[in-house]
Amino acid sequence: MADFYFDIDQSGVATITWDCPDKFMNLMSWEGFNELDTFMNQAISDPTVKGIVLASGKDTFTGGMDLKVLGSMKQNSSTDLDVFNGIMTIHRILRNIELAGGDPKTGKAGKPVAIALNGTSVGIGYEIAISTHRIICADNPKASIGLPEILVGIFPGGGGTTRLARRLGILAAAPFILKGKTPKPKDALDAGLVDEVVSPELLISRAKEWVLNATSDDIIKPWDKKGFKIPGGSPYDRQGFLSFAGASALIAGETQCLYPAAQAAISTIYEGMMLPFDQAIRNEAKWFAKILVNPSSSAMINTLFVNKKLLEKGHRRPKDTPKLNLHGLGVIGAGMMGSGIAQVAAQSGLSVFLVDKDEMALEKGKGKIQSILERDVARGRMSTEKAQSIIERISFSTDLSALRDCKFVIEAVFEDPDIKAEIFRQVSDIVSEDCLIASNTSTLPISDLSKSVSKPERFVGIHFFSPVQRMALVEIIKNRQTNDETVSQAFDLVRKLRKTPIVVNDSRFFYANRCIIPYVNEGVSMVGEGYHPALIENAAKQIGMPLGPLQLIDETSLELAVHIATASREALGDDYMENDADRVVFKLAGIGRLGRKSNAGFYEYDSKGKRLGLWEGIGNLFPPSSDQPSVTTVKDRLLLIQVVEAIKTLQEDVLVDVREGDVGAIFGWGFAPWSGGPFSWVDTQGIDQTITLCSSLENQFGKRFEPPALLQEMKLDKRTFY
Amino acid sequence: MEAFIYDSVRTPRGKGKKDGSLHEITSVWLSSFILNKLLERADIDPKTIDDLIWGNVTQVGEQGGCLARSAVLYSNLDDNIPGLAINRFCASGLEAVNLAANQIRGNAGTGYIAGGVEMLGRVPMGSDGAAMLVDPTIAMNHSIIPQGVSADLIATKYGFSRLDCDQYAVESQRRAEIAWKEKRFDKSVIPVVDDIGATLLEMDEHLRPDTDLAALEGLDPSFKQMGEVMPGFDKVALLKYPELEKINHVHHAGNSSGIVDGAAALLIGSREFGEINDLTPRARIVTTAKSGSDPTIMLTGPIPASEKALKQASLNISDIDLFEVNEAFSSVPLRFIQHYDLDPEMVNVNGGAIAMGHPLGATGAIILGTLLDELERTNKTLGLATLCVAGGMGVTTIIENL
Repeated sequence: MADFYFDIDQSGVATITWDCPDKFMNLMSWEGFNELDTFMNQAISDPTVKGIVLASGKDTFTGGMDLKVLGSMKQNSSTDLDVFNGIMTIHRILRNIELAGGDPKTGKAGKPVAIALNGTSVGIGYEIAISTHRIICADNPKASIGLPEILVGIFPGGGGTTRLARRLGILAAAPFILKGKTPKPKDALDAGLVDEVVSPELLISRAKEWVLNATSDDIIKPWDKKGFKIPGGSPYDRQGFLSFAGASALIAGETQCLYPAAQAAISTIYEGMMLPFDQAIRNEAKWFAKILVNPSSSAMINTLFVNKKLLEKGHRRPKDTPKLNLHGLGVIGAGMMGSGIAQVAAQSGLSVFLVDKDEMALEKGKGKIQSILERDVARGRMSTEKAQSIIERISFSTDLSALRDCKFVIEAVFEDPDIKAEIFRQVSDIVSEDCLIASNTSTLPISDLSKSVSKPERFVGIHFFSPVQRMALVEIIKNRQTNDETVSQAFDLVRKLRKTPIVVNDSRFFYANRCIIPYVNEGVSMVGEGYHPALIENAAKQIGMPLGPLQLIDETSLELAVHIATASREALGDDYMENDADRVVFKLAGIGRLGRKSNAGFYEYDSKGKRLGLWEGIGNLFPPSSDQPSVTTVKDRLLLIQVVEAIKTLQEDVLVDVREGDVGAIFGWGFAPWSGGPFSWVDTQGIDQTITLCSSLENQFGKRFEPPALLQEMKLDKRTFY
Repeated sequence: MEAFIYDSVRTPRGKGKKDGSLHEITSVWLSSFILNKLLERADIDPKTIDDLIWGNVTQVGEQGGCLARSAVLYSNLDDNIPGLAINRFCASGLEAVNLAANQIRGNAGTGYIAGGVEMLGRVPMGSDGAAMLVDPTIAMNHSIIPQGVSADLIATKYGFSRLDCDQYAVESQRRAEIAWKEKRFDKSVIPVVDDIGATLLEMDEHLRPDTDLAALEGLDPSFKQMGEVMPGFDKVALLKYPELEKINHVHHAGNSSGIVDGAAALLIGSREFGEINDLTPRARIVTTAKSGSDPTIMLTGPIPASEKALKQASLNISDIDLFEVNEAFSSVPLRFIQHYDLDPEMVNVNGGAIAMGHPLGATGAIILGTLLDELERTNKTLGLATLCVAGGMGVTTIIENL
């Protein structure tokens, strides 16, 4: 099956059109590369062809490389060198496009090649584009252009790093290579990623016009011309020296040196800038080969890309259940979570009925949604009309009977079982029998709450994370009675809101909170043990956590922690494990340091709520011990406490699929993204090493680090999680 | 075989700027000027010199291409003397002396001239590049940060406040002024007179004896912006020092070493060398040492280097009568004093680089000469000179006044 087709028009322009059959979007495969190369060579050697235009037969240009290509490259290669050779094949094809029959040694120009990007063109799509002589983009506001590779643990390895750094210079290219920014066409033009933006209907004709009028100067790439100087300077001239010294520091600070791909990308740029172009490309391929075989990169690709997509496509959605057909969504509670859910639902096109018995709360919720939308408008992310239409899709009411006709209601009121129970009883009376009732509880067991609804099989937990607008993950919590159709509908709703769902079984705190609470407690407990608070917070950053445990508890409030601890103690009775963390939390909360909400917690805040620094008074309450632990010990404790808990949820069948465990960990609570998630982390470390580390921590710090039974079983069976 | 110091000379230090008094002469001219003065004063047979070992940090342009050989050819030294240019950053001048001494001790020659030059106003610091700052593989794997941020890191980690550093700087100025007034440098300092007989510089011109705490209080910290904002070196530092919440940026132009031009040279030889040239040794080189340590905090090298030196010589820190610890930044000598719990009255008694300036490649030779002069003046025996070095190194020399 051909991915490309070829034709020559009367004016002598050959158009190579990419149109993968049976696919919604073009993806590059080995076959595709070979066809593209064949057609390029045909066009170059055909004397009637004056110029070449690359175009797409789809709505977009390409979603990039079929990651199977990278997978097969790794699987079929026994050494880094094999991977390198595979990558060099791609480089030869792209260099052939760039030279198009010309020869940089003699200065002979080849044939002009323009690319017509009608829509999104990312990854290898942009790497093909930057190999041509002219990048012409349709003014399509839906299109994204650029190199997002870094976001999945690799870096642009198809010449994108080398070419973009030479095209823009280190400073201008950095946000695209190292942060994976993929701007809209007009922004891409301003940034220098593309050469022209034209109206969509003129795209192909403009590309043809360009190739027919191109001069030999247009066709020879700047880096193939004599005397080429890299914009912004190379590492050892005065301008470049400062940029490179700064770039390494910037990346080190932002990534805590946890992402080998970022380091490889900046090294590729640094080393490449001191080399002639073809050697720079070879050097890029060497770094790329090293990254491709790096376990962290493999784990990141699998979790952040492959498995996330798999889950979003419905891998865990119960089969053979009808698709959700929903027009109106009811949301009860206009607090931060409720108003957030209402907003994202309205943004997805649903009509929303937002109910709160308290008029003030309702007004506040409305104001919150409005201010977020206004901010999006001010930042150019949304038109005024769109913001208006979103707010208009939400009906605000203080009367629960407004939910009368809803087939799907999500409760998001205060985390109190009695209040929730009362709401469920009232709602059950108002809505029709087939209405799905969901709770956005983050801490209360679904099985307890389901006692208050009339149809427990139509009851499910849908746990959104805060802030709802930004957080990608949603946990769907099944109770034993929840039926498949209910789970499917919850799943479909989450997908409609463009979030990533994982489906877990009921347990106290479900999956995400069950793992993050021990993380926070571990950090807080260390304060009680006399660890330097700064050491705790920095160690957390060094394992790649977005927030240190002390900052996190300040954000979520110590009051909540006291509330959870008290409730857990009541619920578990004698089973509750007394711990250092409670001692610290109760002490701080007792003197009114409740976290951000009281402008005082482990940190200090100014009157506007800006976080200033760790509160020095902690040292008086919990004097730092003279014998501080190594940062490795702190890192191990903070990481393993989460890993052990995650494994226990799998062992206890709360979590069903390790892919959900890894995706959920990274998108739910920001677990060390470089690792690919807790289960990938264990596989990378090895089961034996993980058990050894757990045992060592257990000996030093207590039973909570005991290696879970599942690990011991896996060790005996020589199994891995993946 | 033992190695001895027979003589020591230096130029006054000129401001390392376009309006500095030495700016109009070249690095090789200044090198050969001080070499010629040493030759004249010692009145030796040039043929008895085995080599010139010349420290210099920024070896590009006029300071590039083995400046030592250029200096041999330019000066009155015999063309049969080869010339070796060396770079151990700020300790190059002292390392040159140590290399010379150790060749003599190892029977590889009997007479050396060692020292160094740096004309920071003519060849700017950093203009020779440095992989460790810009190659991401080194910079990221080892958390490399600029020296000033490292100096602030020392201050933060070891508890030196802005006031501590400023007080140290004021004291350096006060001591340097007294030393000049009392002509304590007269033995070594040779006014720079150009080829037509005009005197270019007679005394260190970076001095600001009127400096007081109030004057320093108003200065902005020099490394705060690069540390906290762009590109954010503090975060890099905390990767290595996670026990700190943040870096206190305490250093500024007034409590850091001055940027100057200057040169210094010492005559190092065996006992036999002295006899042949009818010279009396002024000091014995007791021991020399160098160390490598964490490149992030970078400037704590004087401690491990001195540990090594003391151990080699079977000495205790309390055996040392006088110290010269290069004042790259206030926190460097402060940390040295703190580590060994020294009496500050024994360290840098005639001021240092904060007051008089730090001509990188020459400084090691300058402070060793200053140490020798002061041991002689006060009739003391053992002296220790040490410098912190970029990249996490340290160099120490212990001498005995004879």
